[in-house]
Amino acid sequence: MKRERFSAGEYLLFSLALLAVMLLCVCVGSVSLPVGGTLTAIWNSLFGLPVPEGVPKAIILSVRLPRVLCVALVGAALSLCGAVMQGLLRNPLADGSTLGVSAGASLGAVIALAFGVAIPGLPYAGTMGMAMAFAFGSLMMILALAYALDRSFSTHSIILIGVIFSMFASALMSLVISFSGDKIKSITFWTMGSLSGSTYGYALILLCALLLCGGVMLSHSRELNAFAVGEDNARHVGVNVKRVKLTLLIAVSVLIGVCVSIGGAISFVGLVTPHMARMLVGPNHKRLLPASLFAGAVFLLLSDLAARTALRPIELSIGVVTSLVGAVAFVIIFRSTRKGGGNAC
Amino acid sequence: MLNAEHITVRFGNYTAVEDVSFRLNAGDWLMLAGPNGAGKSTLVNALGQAQSVPYTGRFLLEGKDLCTLRPAALAREIGVLSQRNRVEYAYTVEEIVGLGRYAHEKGFLSHRDGEGKEAVEQALELTGLTHLRRASTLTLSGGELQRVFLAQVFAQNPRILVLDEPVNHLDLKYQQHIFDLISAWRHRESRAVLSVVHDLSLARRYGTAVLLMHRGKCVSQGEMDAVLTPERLKEVYEMDVYAWMRELTEMWRRKGRIL
Repeated sequence: MKRERFSAGEYLLFSLALLAVMLLCVCVGSVSLPVGGTLTAIWNSLFGLPVPEGVPKAIILSVRLPRVLCVALVGAALSLCGAVMQGLLRNPLADGSTLGVSAGASLGAVIALAFGVAIPGLPYAGTMGMAMAFAFGSLMMILALAYALDRSFSTHSIILIGVIFSMFASALMSLVISFSGDKIKSITFWTMGSLSGSTYGYALILLCALLLCGGVMLSHSRELNAFAVGEDNARHVGVNVKRVKLTLLIAVSVLIGVCVSIGGAISFVGLVTPHMARMLVGPNHKRLLPASLFAGAVFLLLSDLAARTALRPIELSIGVVTSLVGAVAFVIIFRSTRKGGGNAC
Repeated sequence: MLNAEHITVRFGNYTAVEDVSFRLNAGDWLMLAGPNGAGKSTLVNALGQAQSVPYTGRFLLEGKDLCTLRPAALAREIGVLSQRNRVEYAYTVEEIVGLGRYAHEKGFLSHRDGEGKEAVEQALELTGLTHLRRASTLTLSGGELQRVFLAQVFAQNPRILVLDEPVNHLDLKYQQHIFDLISAWRHRESRAVLSVVHDLSLARRYGTAVLLMHRGKCVSQGEMDAVLTPERLKEVYEMDVYAWMRELTEMWRRKGRIL
């Protein structure tokens, strides 16, 4: 029988799988490293012991490890956001990239960089704050537009408006970038994403954001179940629909804002991985949200690995890989929602 | 128990419900009758405090105004079974029924207590869903899904049950079954039912009182026979309802004689 929540054993299993993939990603790359030496290097420097000769400490500790940590955290965060949006909007196609939230966040970050919006004393806060604000603004705008156009909030009208909004935001972004000269990273970074410049500092920021927003999301599992069944139903069983919705949308925006300002807009992660998780553990959010965390981290780690190694020595944008996989998955999911019994709109 | 005072619902210039008042006592089953567009569903949604239905007037439950209650407290008093329910994800029957306990479970990591588990069990058994408890709701028929949501509202165990066309997907056997269930349920301590029903025969058979609506206004309310007179029905439905009902039953009688 399926239990309501994950048992300690299941958490352990998922964590071990995640650690194994992380180790793989640290070891494989333009220079392949032995597993044993890598583990020793990480272990020893963690406890202040000297690292043995012959192990490329610099590659492991200052290049690969921070990147792997950031990739795992971004993957987990985006996947969690996707799962939450899919539940909240009762829409299996919802995700930061399909709803235009990531594009909105990118636009915010680009504007912050171009016009030098900064909060004194906090190095990344200006960009991140703008990314968060724009993510939330775009989310609200898309939902309001969808509601104004057709009161039923139907799956396809939300997606359609999201796509149109994405194009609009990308156009504005290109405009801002072309006027701002060399101040800003390339347009590819903001539309496709990359985590090649990861540092431990970024990883720490991501971890804090994930703990905070993820905590909020996980504590609303029961409400998300009610929303996933239907917003009216949620109201009837006693969920404070307005408050819960606002809380979750803010949490999603903050998390996507942080991810985008660090790694750019990485598409489709939040769309695909919750579906994989749902196949594994079912739709109950008490199980789905933790499973999505792990699935998202593993998926993005493997995508990043592919991006780094597939066409060596050229490094692809991570978004190229996720979009290739994601676009195919999107079509499959879209098709099954159209065909599947009562849930075609 | 419940007093509705001068309920009016306006959407822009359009008045969907105009100055309707009624009273619901413990043990009552008030039937809302009237043709399409009479404002029955709107009135029911206003009672359920749907945000999309702005109303003026007051619903007083033992002196407390319903609009002052927090959502969870409201759900413990009033349970709504709506007309259209569909499910997007593959939840099991038991998970959907269990959602009915939301308003009774407190705190972040609340586990369902013994009482909650029993309420879910009972609701599944009453609606004949025990054998389907692990079935995915995506595989169920419309009628089965309707029973799942009825089980959910039974598990919620409110004091007033509000039903909008509760049996419109159900075959005759389950129509009778569900109406008998609700009828038994309302006899429990201080419970009452308010429902929208199109089938006037069902309304007569199960209701204790009726409120007849036409174009947003209450035409008449009270005892079945006093309200549903041939003249009044003719005026409201713009047809001879009594003649039609007689014709339908005659058919069964004639068939019976031939066979």
